[in-house]
Amino acid sequence: MAISDIPEYAHLTDADVEALGAELDQIRADIEADRGARDARYIRNTILFQRSLEVAGRALTVGARDRRLWWAGATVLGVSKIIENMELGHNVMHGQWDWMNDPEVHSTSWEWDLTGPSAHWKHTHNYIHHKYTNVLGMDDDVGYGLLRVTRDQRWKPFNLGNIFYNTLLALGFEYGVAAQHLELGKKRKTPEAKAQFHQDLRDVGTKIAKQTHKDYFAYPVGIALLTRSKTAGRKALTANLTANVIRNVWSNAVIFCGHFPDGAEKFTKQDVDSETRGEWYLRQMLGSANFRSGPVLGFMSGNLSYQIEHHIFPDLPSNRLPEISVRVRALCAKYDIPYTTGSFPVQYAKTWRTIAKLSLPNQYLTGTVDDAPETASEKRFKETPEAHLVSTVDPVTGRRKGLKTAIVGLKERRASRRSPARA
Amino acid sequence: MAWRERFEAPAADVAARHKRSTWLRAAVARVTTPLLPDDYLHLANPLWSARELRGKVLEVRPETADSATIVIRPGWGFSFDYRPGQYIGIGVLVDGRWTWRSYSLTSVPAASRADRTVSITVKAMPEGFLSSHLVSGLEPGSVVRLAAPAGEFVLPDPLPEKMLFATAGSGLTPIISMLRAMRRRGQNADVTVVHSVPTEDDLLFGDELRSMAAEGLIDLHLQFTRVDGKVTPAQLRALCPDWAERETWACGPGGFLDMLGEQFEEAGVPESLHIERFALERGAVGAEGGVVTFGTPDRQIEVDGATTLLEAGEQAGVLMPFGCRMGICQSCVVMLDKGCVRDLRTGAEHVEGERIQTCVSAAAGDCTLDV
Ligand code: FES
Repeated sequence: MAISDIPEYAHLTDADVEALGAELDQIRADIEADRGARDARYIRNTILFQRSLEVAGRALTVGARDRRLWWAGATVLGVSKIIENMELGHNVMHGQWDWMNDPEVHSTSWEWDLTGPSAHWKHTHNYIHHKYTNVLGMDDDVGYGLLRVTRDQRWKPFNLGNIFYNTLLALGFEYGVAAQHLELGKKRKTPEAKAQFHQDLRDVGTKIAKQTHKDYFAYPVGIALLTRSKTAGRKALTANLTANVIRNVWSNAVIFCGHFPDGAEKFTKQDVDSETRGEWYLRQMLGSANFRSGPVLGFMSGNLSYQIEHHIFPDLPSNRLPEISVRVRALCAKYDIPYTTGSFPVQYAKTWRTIAKLSLPNQYLTGTVDDAPETASEKRFKETPEAHLVSTVDPVTGRRKGLKTAIVGLKERRASRRSPARA
Repeated sequence: MAWRERFEAPAADVAARHKRSTWLRAAVARVTTPLLPDDYLHLANPLWSARELRGKVLEVRPETADSATIVIRPGWGFSFDYRPGQYIGIGVLVDGRWTWRSYSLTSVPAASRADRTVSITVKAMPEGFLSSHLVSGLEPGSVVRLAAPAGEFVLPDPLPEKMLFATAGSGLTPIISMLRAMRRRGQNADVTVVHSVPTEDDLLFGDELRSMAAEGLIDLHLQFTRVDGKVTPAQLRALCPDWAERETWACGPGGFLDMLGEQFEEAGVPESLHIERFALERGAVGAEGGVVTFGTPDRQIEVDGATTLLEAGEQAGVLMPFGCRMGICQSCVVMLDKGCVRDLRTGAEHVEGERIQTCVSAAAGDCTLDV
């Protein structure tokens, strides 16, 4: 049943966790002290680049009757929307650029090119998801109330459609984001809660109306008038639709790679109530997963290829995450904690594999809730329920042996237990 | 008319001066939503935006060894209908950060309307990192941000018959704008100016003040405090025997204003004294805790340097916005209107004009939050 004691699962003592926290605080302090004109230039240039791409994409769709121009327009616009949502919207709203004190690039004033209103998203994402990362029953990003992504969630016949729902979610991801804050499954009992719900519903409706009006009415009609061709207008509409879908599928993929690949752990509620700062850091590290990226893939994913670092420091500028990752990796090695990463295709494939597997009830699956690729608890290591887990120091090498070594050991023990049977 | 409001909604917060530009902006915003056309245009020319006021520095003209007049051409949306004595907010980019301060306008509205510029006069304060930068580091051609003219410390209209301007140091700046406006309009009143500065070298606008005195526009008394000492109540009474019958505008350091305040209080005419206090550029360095004001003075609380502003607000019964309460979600961000606060995680100080996270910041001296 998911991790209920984080330090113990990580094979660390409370003092270790505190020391780890202090080292991470130091990284934050170093980066904050070093932020300056170079970083400001980075975000300004990104804004300039994105808006130029958007104008170019819109301009190309004027010639949308030509097949090649249609594709070029749709792709350029799709890329621009990806940058707008990820490297700009997501990161600006996290407050990563608030230090610049620029009212136009600030978490309090940014509105993004997505059907979900910024204000709603800041609540569900910045607050709920980032504070209660991967805590079952609290972090709604664990399956978005739609998908079964861990065997800690009880199976219902509805889950048979897991793959189908995920496909729909990927295609219309921006509507999923828009709906998330509404918590449609929840019952509202008090009049205040009902009034709030209706207000939120109106806000979502207004935002969706503005976005769809722009992409599927104003632009296509404008282009039809400009070119005096109904076909061009219709083609412009389909180009906009395609651009939105490109963006939706890509964002969905990047975001799913953050918490659903194997090794990204889930946690139980009791855990969070009395959590220290160090334990919170540790939960972010164990609950998140990276994928390997160079500068281009990093940029196109809003640097969420550094999801672990982003979760430790959600409000430090995204362009600094690669250098932060070097230091975080070193800390993981020092404390013998796993650092979950892999290539983008492999990480993404793992999320689909989990989603596919979990459309079935637990009895058809091999792992248990305490020991499976997508969820584990401290119990997986315990020979007896009373045993207490802490890291030991290898007398020969002097190296700390903690969680990472324990996971490797567990795998080896299982393999050796299986092989005699086969022999 | 509901439909008109709905149509204009996207451009509602923009400082446009003509209905026509509001309509155009609102119409184009339908295809640029969630942005405004300005957000694209200002990438081509920084002044082409009325979403946030901007301006370009035309000239930095030295006045004394440590002060300069900065002439700015504002971009779209700036209204020149300010009143003499008002101040503007100015944001300057220093090492990637926009740093904001307020300064009195020393230009005259009528002249500003004619040549479409405004000016401020800034004195470099020894501990004032921005004022020093403005006086000696600002290049003509730089783009600055502006906050619309504001302030109640203004030249009245119509003029009272008898007026007294009592100023010290750079407290002259809001007054000079008033005097210039009177001179330009040819307005006449019985005006006494008592202005003190350390030495002749520190005197701003000396020639201009003296020529105004020569023209008979003002009765001028200059006090050079290095030699003459500070203006005392007795001196003031001697220089301007009918001070209690005059509407008085005063600006300068705190001690000077307190002295005047007491005097007008004692004479039973506190309402004829109008004062403008300079905000400190920094909180008292290293200060811990202080009195925190939440919007209005009736919502105040005194706290130590370890209590977060969020907790302080809740203790004072203020409805504070919050989310994570641990510095990661930005739900609690509010504008710091006055004073200085410290980020408890890193010790970094934030000053007025910055938006701060109340859940991880504590007061560093007295401060005021916009909630
Ligand atoms: S409440 Fe979340 S950052 Fe302050």
